[in-house]
Amino acid sequence: MRYLAPDTMEAAVAMLAEADGTSRILAGGTDVLVQMTSGLVVPDLVVDIKHIAGTNEITEEDGGYRIGAAVPSAAMNEHAGLKALWPGVVEAADLIGSTQIQGRATIAGNLCNASPAADSVPALFAANATARVVGAGGTRDVPVTDIPTGVGRTSLAPTDIIQSIYLPARPSGSGDAYQRFIPRTEMDIAVVGVGVSLTLDAGGTCTAARVALGAVAETAFLLEGAEEILVGSSLDDATLERLAGAASAACKPIDDKRGTKEFRIKVAGVLARRVTKIAAERARGN
Amino acid sequence: MAEINRLTKDSGFKVVGTRPPRPDGIDKVTGKAKFGADMFAPGMLVGKILRSPHPHAKIRSIDASRAEALHGVKAVVTAADFAEKVPRSHQATLHNIMAHGKALYEGHAVAAVAAIDNATAKKALSLIEVDYEPLPFVIDVEDAIAEDAPLVHEGMITRGMDPKPEKPSNIESACEFGHGDLDAGFAAADIVLEREFRTEASHQGYIEPHACLANYSDDGNSELWCCTQGHFLVRDTTAPLLGIPVSKLRVTASEIGGGFGGKTVIYLEPVALALSRKSGRPVKMVMTRDEVFRATGPTSSSYMNVKIGITKDGRITAADALLFYQSGCYGGFIAQLGAMSAFACYGLDAVRSRGREVVTNRPMQASYRAPGAPIINFAVESLLDELAREINMDPIEFRLKNAAREGDRSSYGPVYDQIGMVRTLETARDHPHYSSPVPAGQGRGVAAGFWFNFGGLTAISLNVNSDGTVTVSVGRPDIGGSRAAMCQMAAEELGIPYENVRCIIADTSSLGFNDTTDGSRTTFANGLAIIEAARAAIKNMCGRAAKMWGIPEDAVAWEDGCAKPSGPNAGDFDPMPISEIARKAPNTGGPIAGHYEVNADGAGVSFGVHIADVSVDAETGRTTVHRYTVVQDAGKAVHPSYVEGQYQGGAVQGIGWALNEGYFYGKDGKMENPGFLDYRMPVASDLPMIEAAIIEIPNKGHPYGVRGVGETSIVPPLATIGNAIRSATGVRMTEVPMSPPALLAQLDGFKQAAE
Amino acid sequence: MSRLQVNTTINGDEIDFLCDPGETLLDVLRNHLGLTGAKEGCGSGDCGACTVNLDGRIVCSCLVLAAEAEGSKIETIEGMADGAELHPLQRKFIEHAALQCGICTPGFLIASKALLERNPDPTETEVRYWLAGNLCRCTGYDKIVRAVMDAAAEMRAS
Repeated sequence: MRYLAPDTMEAAVAMLAEADGTSRILAGGTDVLVQMTSGLVVPDLVVDIKHIAGTNEITEEDGGYRIGAAVPSAAMNEHAGLKALWPGVVEAADLIGSTQIQGRATIAGNLCNASPAADSVPALFAANATARVVGAGGTRDVPVTDIPTGVGRTSLAPTDIIQSIYLPARPSGSGDAYQRFIPRTEMDIAVVGVGVSLTLDAGGTCTAARVALGAVAETAFLLEGAEEILVGSSLDDATLERLAGAASAACKPIDDKRGTKEFRIKVAGVLARRVTKIAAERARGN
Repeated sequence: MAEINRLTKDSGFKVVGTRPPRPDGIDKVTGKAKFGADMFAPGMLVGKILRSPHPHAKIRSIDASRAEALHGVKAVVTAADFAEKVPRSHQATLHNIMAHGKALYEGHAVAAVAAIDNATAKKALSLIEVDYEPLPFVIDVEDAIAEDAPLVHEGMITRGMDPKPEKPSNIESACEFGHGDLDAGFAAADIVLEREFRTEASHQGYIEPHACLANYSDDGNSELWCCTQGHFLVRDTTAPLLGIPVSKLRVTASEIGGGFGGKTVIYLEPVALALSRKSGRPVKMVMTRDEVFRATGPTSSSYMNVKIGITKDGRITAADALLFYQSGCYGGFIAQLGAMSAFACYGLDAVRSRGREVVTNRPMQASYRAPGAPIINFAVESLLDELAREINMDPIEFRLKNAAREGDRSSYGPVYDQIGMVRTLETARDHPHYSSPVPAGQGRGVAAGFWFNFGGLTAISLNVNSDGTVTVSVGRPDIGGSRAAMCQMAAEELGIPYENVRCIIADTSSLGFNDTTDGSRTTFANGLAIIEAARAAIKNMCGRAAKMWGIPEDAVAWEDGCAKPSGPNAGDFDPMPISEIARKAPNTGGPIAGHYEVNADGAGVSFGVHIADVSVDAETGRTTVHRYTVVQDAGKAVHPSYVEGQYQGGAVQGIGWALNEGYFYGKDGKMENPGFLDYRMPVASDLPMIEAAIIEIPNKGHPYGVRGVGETSIVPPLATIGNAIRSATGVRMTEVPMSPPALLAQLDGFKQAAE
Repeated sequence: MSRLQVNTTINGDEIDFLCDPGETLLDVLRNHLGLTGAKEGCGSGDCGACTVNLDGRIVCSCLVLAAEAEGSKIETIEGMADGAELHPLQRKFIEHAALQCGICTPGFLIASKALLERNPDPTETEVRYWLAGNLCRCTGYDKIVRAVMDAAAEMRAS
């Protein structure tokens, strides 16, 4: 195995382009190293992007934030501005693993590893985040919703590298939240994950909403119909019940060592309701 | 019970009962302490094991030639490299450390290599070609006892059944305990409840994987460094497996990173030693966490049927339990211990418990803290909880009404003498936790439990050093901080400061045979031996003082670390401290030592009662433990902090087992959660503080009244949590783990039934 | 496979070492540098027994390639005491009997030290959640949490 730590994105892309065999991009390494140790992946080349300028910063941009691909979730949790604007995304990233994991893990890596249960992904989907991707053809911005395509699979080419993730500005009256169900209080992979981002007008009526579900299908997904249900409503109990029903109905979960199908379907609805309430409370505070 | 009375002191302790710092603490908080994987030797090779990917398969052939040819590979071993004939008691071990013709579980060792580094060893494993013929397999205990289940061992007829079965089955052994007329007892009952219960297997979960370093020597001592609960057992098992005399193998116990019974079994040591013999170099072997789960012994999973009858004023008239314990590819004595412990807390006129040890294509079971007891305790204490509800009786009062007392015939045979069940229950009843109101939204559960505690073969030696300090050599590894208690007991008996006593764990060449550290025996049996050895040393030292003073030996007494004349008539001499006697020892007869060997019995049973307050999220089935109290009899708590630690640690293991631990198997017979991510042990944020209330009812079998304490605390938690969930939700869980998906399914069913 | 030279500072000392690209930081600490205080409990970042402090953050050293440590400052358990003087956390762990077998103790100490450096007055809940990535099978965590809170109190007072 070769280990290379380039200084620029272009150099990194070129290394990937020249490589034979299996390559892996290394940021936090909390998925890559687990897979290497277990023998699931045997890379011939590992490209460490942490020495590339710009990947380690969180910068303000047009009222939103650009998060470098190598920024660990712990650093996101320490950034007051980011936390205030997108608390849901930050709390989602902060749930990944333990304190030790959060010292390394990145949301870019979480997205690209494409586990159906990845914690930051539903929150990123709900936030309508975009990924800046550098590849053989140059640089482009991709909605994060376009990236995961299946279990462990993404739409990215083998020479694509995410450079940063952008979270846009928000109108006032906006809030987001993420919650997952796990059997213990920490350390588990999400059995169900729900991210909600919404905006309320001065009267408390919902004017925009995005709801995303994780761990209940092959990839995280945006709940179709969430907008129709929530927008124009005051998020009363009846509306939230309908949302819960829609969330449960949209699940395509599996039975596994973490939960049964029935359990995931039921809890998806429960969480959709609870997370929407939290997002709404935060929205009212803004 | 045998009438042993060794009790000589039950009050006025100066060192015993205090909380001094443990002697190995500094090494452990600075990273200096050496555990199993922390040893290195020049020229050391890395050993790795090739494991069966099939849960059950004939091994038609093994071709290791390509592995042997790989540059950097120095040896390959298979079953052929071990002794052909071993004593019967080692048969299962011989076949478990390396498959003999048949792989009995996924993860069963089939071959092993020693190579210059990890990467080469891994590569070598991939070059070994094994021709497997997969066979039908059986995983679940109920599948294993079904008619026409695939047999794990061809032709196996159940031992201990009368009449002997004609057909082979997967039931390895059967046992029965009890007394009285069951039919009459049930007929006399006003209420009879009968339920089925099921529990999944749980692993001891020690954080340190098995590890050893072996260095074979043909003419001298072969040496083995390993983390184990019993280095004497390692020596006495490994030597015959390699066909060498016991005297030619010296085993040193490293510090051990947890055992709980799981490291009383041998896995790597004979393999490492065989690789070392073949390669001519030291070989280090360390298991990965994946291997620990796939190939080391968990406790049993179970299927149980329990039936109990009571009168309407709360007297148990009859109790009957049938236990099927799934014990992996080779059974042990877990079903027997389970059957013995089933009703042990209660004084009953009519009782029966029948145990069946069942084999499956899973890793061989190993002891896990009070082996067998927590499992049946879950069933019995849950059913008793239901019965108490039927008659609207307080659960502790109900148990008090039926508690075992002195003179009662236990359900497993012996008649009890002074035991602590009643006082333990009373203490729990009077505890502030129990008398506090149950917080809104929570439920409270109570359960009682019991463990026998064992003694065992013990040899220790005690040496008075030339400066009057004392070194005690014991033969049982310290798995929980017992060295402090050893030093305390020696200091107490000798009347010298705790700081002047050092306790070391001697290697196998330096002491007589010692049984393993298990059965909650270390503080009891080692302690007993240390006190006796100290007494022998005291007698010796009194004799030296007598010689120096020119008075008879029996005119010298020992007090506060000094020899003194026993009375005014004996003579007017100043007390002679141990340091002076030791300094002059070369002139009065040579080095001063005491030693003691015993097959210690009289360890004293230990009762515990647990109380838990929990809440359950009704929409997700997630249980939160808000408050937990352990009340347990320690006989005499030598070091209260470590006794509390045993109570807390065992309780939390039980809570994990109750809520989220368990083995998941796929349809292919392979374990699906062999790691700490999906084998869900409690983490710090899952728990509240665990209150530990120590009761002391002296055990007559020990000079200071010490009872074993390490195991009882894992017995009640499963039922305590189950009873608390029942209280919080109305749902009676009869299967463990009571995980959120399982509980939610019951809750939803319960709601529908109620509507 | 050619070896890489890596330059680091470990417990205040400048250390350079050679490693295979695929070796983890934990492998190198234990097998090449004689720093066996960090332990391998699982190899997958789920138990925290391998915790070290890397450039001011606690990490699982089993999930860091040794090569990634180039130019980094690493603190391990071996550097926690100041010569013969134990850190208050180390003392409190012994005093409170917060260790039984001791295998998880180095990881807990490194993790707790990082907590108290950030938050000198944590609540019991904050301590428990910060330490959720450190598994202990012996103690049930009670005495560990008490030791950390007591060490925090002592450190605040001085």
